[in-house]
Amino acid sequence: MKNYWKILYNGIVPGNPVFVLLLGMCATLGTTSSAYNGLMMGIATAVVLVCSNIVISAIKSLVPDKVRIPAFIVVIASFVTILQLVVNAWMPALNASLGIFIPLIVVNCILLGRAEAFASKNGVTASFFDGLGSGIGFTFALVLLGASRELLGTGKIFGATIFPEDYGMLLFVLAPGAFIALGYLIAIVNKIRKTC
Amino acid sequence: MNKLTVSLSPHIHSGGSIDRCMWNVVIAMIPALGVAIYTFGLPALYVTLISVATCLLTEWAITRYMLRRPSTISNGSALITGMLLAFNLPSILPWWMVVIGGVVAIGIGKMSFGGLGGNIWNPALVGRVFLLLSFPAAMTTWPADVPSAFDATSKATANASTGATLLTHLNDTKAAPSLADYDLLDMAIGHMNGSLGEVGGIAILIGLVYLLATKTITWHIPVSVLGSAALFSWAFGGNPLLDIFAGGLLLGAVFMATDYVTSPMTHKGQLIFGFMIGFITIIIRRFGAYPEGMSFAILLMNSFVPLINRYCHPSVFGAKERRAMA
Amino acid sequence: MKKLASTLPNMIISLVSITVVAGALLGITYSITKQPIALQQQEQQQKAIAEVAPNFDNDPESEKWETEIDGNSFTVYPARENGRLTGAAVKGSSMNGFAGEIVVMCGFEANGDIKDYRVLKQAETPGLGTKMETWFRDPSAARSVIGKNPGKMKLMVTKDPGGEIDGITAATISSRAFLETLRNAYKAFLGYEKEQPSAN
Repeated sequence: MKNYWKILYNGIVPGNPVFVLLLGMCATLGTTSSAYNGLMMGIATAVVLVCSNIVISAIKSLVPDKVRIPAFIVVIASFVTILQLVVNAWMPALNASLGIFIPLIVVNCILLGRAEAFASKNGVTASFFDGLGSGIGFTFALVLLGASRELLGTGKIFGATIFPEDYGMLLFVLAPGAFIALGYLIAIVNKIRKTC
Repeated sequence: MNKLTVSLSPHIHSGGSIDRCMWNVVIAMIPALGVAIYTFGLPALYVTLISVATCLLTEWAITRYMLRRPSTISNGSALITGMLLAFNLPSILPWWMVVIGGVVAIGIGKMSFGGLGGNIWNPALVGRVFLLLSFPAAMTTWPADVPSAFDATSKATANASTGATLLTHLNDTKAAPSLADYDLLDMAIGHMNGSLGEVGGIAILIGLVYLLATKTITWHIPVSVLGSAALFSWAFGGNPLLDIFAGGLLLGAVFMATDYVTSPMTHKGQLIFGFMIGFITIIIRRFGAYPEGMSFAILLMNSFVPLINRYCHPSVFGAKERRAMA
Repeated sequence: MKKLASTLPNMIISLVSITVVAGALLGITYSITKQPIALQQQEQQQKAIAEVAPNFDNDPESEKWETEIDGNSFTVYPARENGRLTGAAVKGSSMNGFAGEIVVMCGFEANGDIKDYRVLKQAETPGLGTKMETWFRDPSAARSVIGKNPGKMKLMVTKDPGGEIDGITAATISSRAFLETLRNAYKAFLGYEKEQPSAN
């Protein structure tokens, strides 16, 4: 059991997909215009990641090595499509704000990365914890980035006003602000990790 | 008798230094600052002082507390950044926006890359574009009581409440500029609206002459920027003189494109650099959504400087000609 | 369990079976969610119509009337009460925005006054063009389009000659595109009234 906690922890801090591995940058930069969007995108990715990790580790011995990448992609793409249909059907508000980014979960490197690096070599339970850990790490990073961008850009966090919107720096809501904010967040996280 | 010491070349020092170049630039900017204060009154001075103070303070704080290096503020580069940033702002910008601009210019634009010499983009322009994208309304609101150069002939369309510059007017009406509507002399001596430093065309040219006379810069960048802007302005049916005196083209060509750190090293590279800046500026002015494209053009070409340097690499003296660096 | 070797039959069987299972799962999900998705979209549309149109007791969607203005399609959803036309909701779009298409649902009274509007889709610059949803209903300034009649006034930004609406500061292009959509929606509404004189 202790081993599983270690796998879980590894995905959140030392192997954080965004701050350390720099994977899945498209979704990271594109969806984090607010903390809420970041949270939702993170959760959506985490759900797909956990499901695909479980299935891939379960069928790993049935997949010949040479065709493993297409097989993994089919599994991931199916889960993403199912998720997209479900969101479309029952969560219209989320669908409106995340819209085109949900299909993009397919090409998020974290999913294939975890499938290739972990799930295809480990058991179902370990893969579940690995997916959960990376998913939480990804969600955490997205919320942090989304919250900083929302705060600096509009003066709000999760829609709650911290300072008047007129003082917000719009740039942070736009694409260039995503790059700037992410760069400084990575610098800060690395600094903290080094001192701990 | 002193011993003769043998050292590596160079053996004769011209006396030039970072400090001297930087102070020359500061002196060259004074006429333009004078015109700004004459045109916009004391607010222009306040904006400049706040901007300079913020830049110096940011640089001092970062070198002292984050990089833990000897302070570099006495070399004047932060002072120049502060002045140039102020030159790119409207005189009625709220003070806290000027402070943000200064912190961004030095903090993000310069010190994040390791300080003077390490930055890819001109810090003052990083600050300006940051403000322009962050506070688009405030950054394009000009004092209402300052005459626009086009007021005399087209009062009806001028937007009286926010003031307007010639370029915003042109952008709104989507017309190619023609000389008939504008008084060029007014524009040249600073009787027009705009950012602090861009209104005094002749003052900037005086600065240019001083910079050339003291060999602080060479003619290549300013001339190629202005030449290509004039060429493309003419090619797209505009009036070249009008385009040169309107907006920040002169200011950028003389003071910002020529920044040592962010411009190419060879003369050939500088000509390419300047030509592209002029071209992009006119393209943005004519076809873009923004009325002015000078700052974007310079930042874009700043990004290309390493590439330009690589392909304009001079061959080593005496070496056989070889193909561009493989 | 030993891993399957990468022989051709193995690869084909493995891939085919994975694809078949995935396809089946997708098919099942699709058939389950098909109805809710269609319902959702219809509800959104109905909600927007109900919000902007004057009182009605008919089913505007079943009486919809389509036309094309300046290359954009406009749909008129007539609102009737006791058979009499009280106005309409008009859905229209413009491609002249700062970034892509702007779709607006605009409600008109029978006399052509704008009753209300909803921006259904836009991709304008956040903080500038995106303000259009609230900006043009602000009664405190000369910006509100509510209660204005595009037939009786120039529904254009003040920067254009004769315009009477204060555009969004620093977002003139978005403002122009928005007002253009409203003007065209008005034309579509007039077109509908002309087509269906008996209904009035």
